[in-house]
Amino acid sequence: MAGIPHDHYEPKSGGEKWLHSRLPILGLIYDTIMIPTPKNLNWMWIWGIVLTFCLAMQIVTGIILVMHYTPHVDFAFASVEHIMRNVNGGHMLRYLHQNGASLFFVAVYLHIFRGLYYGSYKAPREITWIIGMLIYLLMMATAFMGYVLPWGQMSFWGATVITGLFGAIPFIGDALQTWLLGGPAVDNATLNRFFSLHYLLPFVIAALVAVHIWAFHTTGNNNPTGVEVRRTSKEDAQKDTLPFWPYFVMKDLFALSLILVIFFAIVGFMPNYLGHPDNYIEANPLVTPSHIVPEWYFLPFYAILRAFTADVWVVMFANWITGGLIDAKFFGVLAMFGAIAVMALAPWLDTSRVRSGRYRPMFKWWFALLCVDFVVLAWVGAMPAEEPYATISLIASAYWFAYFLVILPLLGVIEKPQAAPATIEDDFKAHYGASSGAPAE
Amino acid sequence: MFKKIAIAAVAALTLSGGAAMAAGAEGHVENVDFSFQGPFGSFDQNQLQRGLQVYTEVCAACHGLRYVPLRTLADEGGPHLPEDQVRAYASQFEIFDPELDDFRPRVETDPFPMSNLENAPDLSLMAKARAGFHGPYGTGINQLFKGIGGPEYIYSLLMGYTGEEKTEAGVTLYENTAFPGGWIAMAPPLFEDQLEFADGHSNSMESVAEDVSAFLMWTAEPKMMARKQTGLVAVIFLSVLTVLLYLTNKRIWMPVKRKEKNV
Repeated sequence: MAGIPHDHYEPKSGGEKWLHSRLPILGLIYDTIMIPTPKNLNWMWIWGIVLTFCLAMQIVTGIILVMHYTPHVDFAFASVEHIMRNVNGGHMLRYLHQNGASLFFVAVYLHIFRGLYYGSYKAPREITWIIGMLIYLLMMATAFMGYVLPWGQMSFWGATVITGLFGAIPFIGDALQTWLLGGPAVDNATLNRFFSLHYLLPFVIAALVAVHIWAFHTTGNNNPTGVEVRRTSKEDAQKDTLPFWPYFVMKDLFALSLILVIFFAIVGFMPNYLGHPDNYIEANPLVTPSHIVPEWYFLPFYAILRAFTADVWVVMFANWITGGLIDAKFFGVLAMFGAIAVMALAPWLDTSRVRSGRYRPMFKWWFALLCVDFVVLAWVGAMPAEEPYATISLIASAYWFAYFLVILPLLGVIEKPQAAPATIEDDFKAHYGASSGAPAE
Repeated sequence: MFKKIAIAAVAALTLSGGAAMAAGAEGHVENVDFSFQGPFGSFDQNQLQRGLQVYTEVCAACHGLRYVPLRTLADEGGPHLPEDQVRAYASQFEIFDPELDDFRPRVETDPFPMSNLENAPDLSLMAKARAGFHGPYGTGINQLFKGIGGPEYIYSLLMGYTGEEKTEAGVTLYENTAFPGGWIAMAPPLFEDQLEFADGHSNSMESVAEDVSAFLMWTAEPKMMARKQTGLVAVIFLSVLTVLLYLTNKRIWMPVKRKEKNV
């Protein structure tokens, strides 16, 4: 795919020509910034910028925090208090970093669900989708390891529970868990490697973000109609698109600024609302908190992990058919990673010819139910593992899998989609009147 | 439609964030109207000074504040004691100095002493390490209106003794309506007219419990005033920026949309 036809960078001055023949970096920047973008993008297309901002903010605040943090079980908790009390602006840096993780996940979930509704994962954007899922997995790993660093009670016990998941893998589980922890239990070796990886992974994410952007700059952005930009000629393409700069840069910056107003209100006025009080108690291997819960952004998948207990028939069946190899714990682990895997496989599970959910009358309702399902999973994930939450989480987990494995494949066959507009230009005109279109010269 | 779903989903998800604090058998926590609550609330300097006195005369017998540097008692936005008073206050506690290989009186740069008793927890962060409010249905939405409830928990614990005692395995336990499980090893620390305040402020049990709870909120979050100030400035400047960006964006898109002219 050669990309959407558009004007490319032409070096004008002697200096530009000199540079361009040696390193075409200005051309790369120009083509990236001036990329033709579907002009009908709605407000759900702003999360990419928010996510990029989050990554940058987390890296910048994180690097400064590292200058004052001590990754050792005896000093980690105290060094965080040192940051909060003695470092200039340290309390702000730390709260920005801590709540920045929450903003990051709010944005990534909206970004993912945007893609799920408008069919952004469908051909030819499967690679963009898969890279995105990898970024999301790395984000979860990074956030999880970052949460261990303050060495509070929830840090310690969260790490113990989550690394214990690897212990559920048959045969190699125990050895794998010991290898991950650097010892028989969560201890100084664990804290040190988590610190190292928590610093490393964001840069891997940054590289994958570049690939993610590269991929969708090749296929072009999806848009609310799911109709492709016309590539027949530059003139046709220009009727469907506008250059990213200034039209979408300004739009995205406005949205980002508005979101930051809310973000700074949370950081300034209630920075601990999304945290857990137990993490202000120093880690103590001898005292188990009465109720171990992960951070809110893990709750939906944590609920799926816990939903499949030994008395569920699928678990009993899996246990019987594998001769006891898959017990309830391992089943839960498989279900949790499976829940993300089925999402990653959406490009091949969705059989509908129509890309955007806007023109799929039945899909809309199942998708709305998936959104509700996600929130319900988050809620039961925070609840103790008892009735009625156990049943609710089982039903909600089942729907998550049913959506991807049954409903998406079936809908493509039984649903009668509505007609999508022929071009993006038509959709735009329908919104903004007949004579709208080309930018005034 | 998607917009509506998205907004509802985010609202629900963010609100349920507080659900992480949902826990099992919790005691009863009274809501107290502290001066430092809300975006514009601030610490009452006199209350913090009274709270310091309560802490010193009552709590410090067993508990410590190991993470709190003594010099911060002079900080603005805190008890804001004069520096000579801080120095005098610090010197009443001793600390072991490895360089002298001996004990010496503490100076401002030293922290408060640690707990004296093995089972008396350090109080530096107690007001942030407890959540008083959870519901409804474990969603944590109450916390948006009442605050997380750490200082309220401390207040309720101090006020929550019923007078009942029992002895279990040689340990005397006291019934307390705020303590999870209902029985606490700490003897009731406060009683009426226990101490005198220099400013003649009420020394009723409620008032003393409020003062020390406020003081412990300060020890847990000494930069709260600076944080709210930064937050407010950031919100104001970003709001102005948002309006400017809104107008810029509208201006840029106007020729493309030309809605106003045609409709």
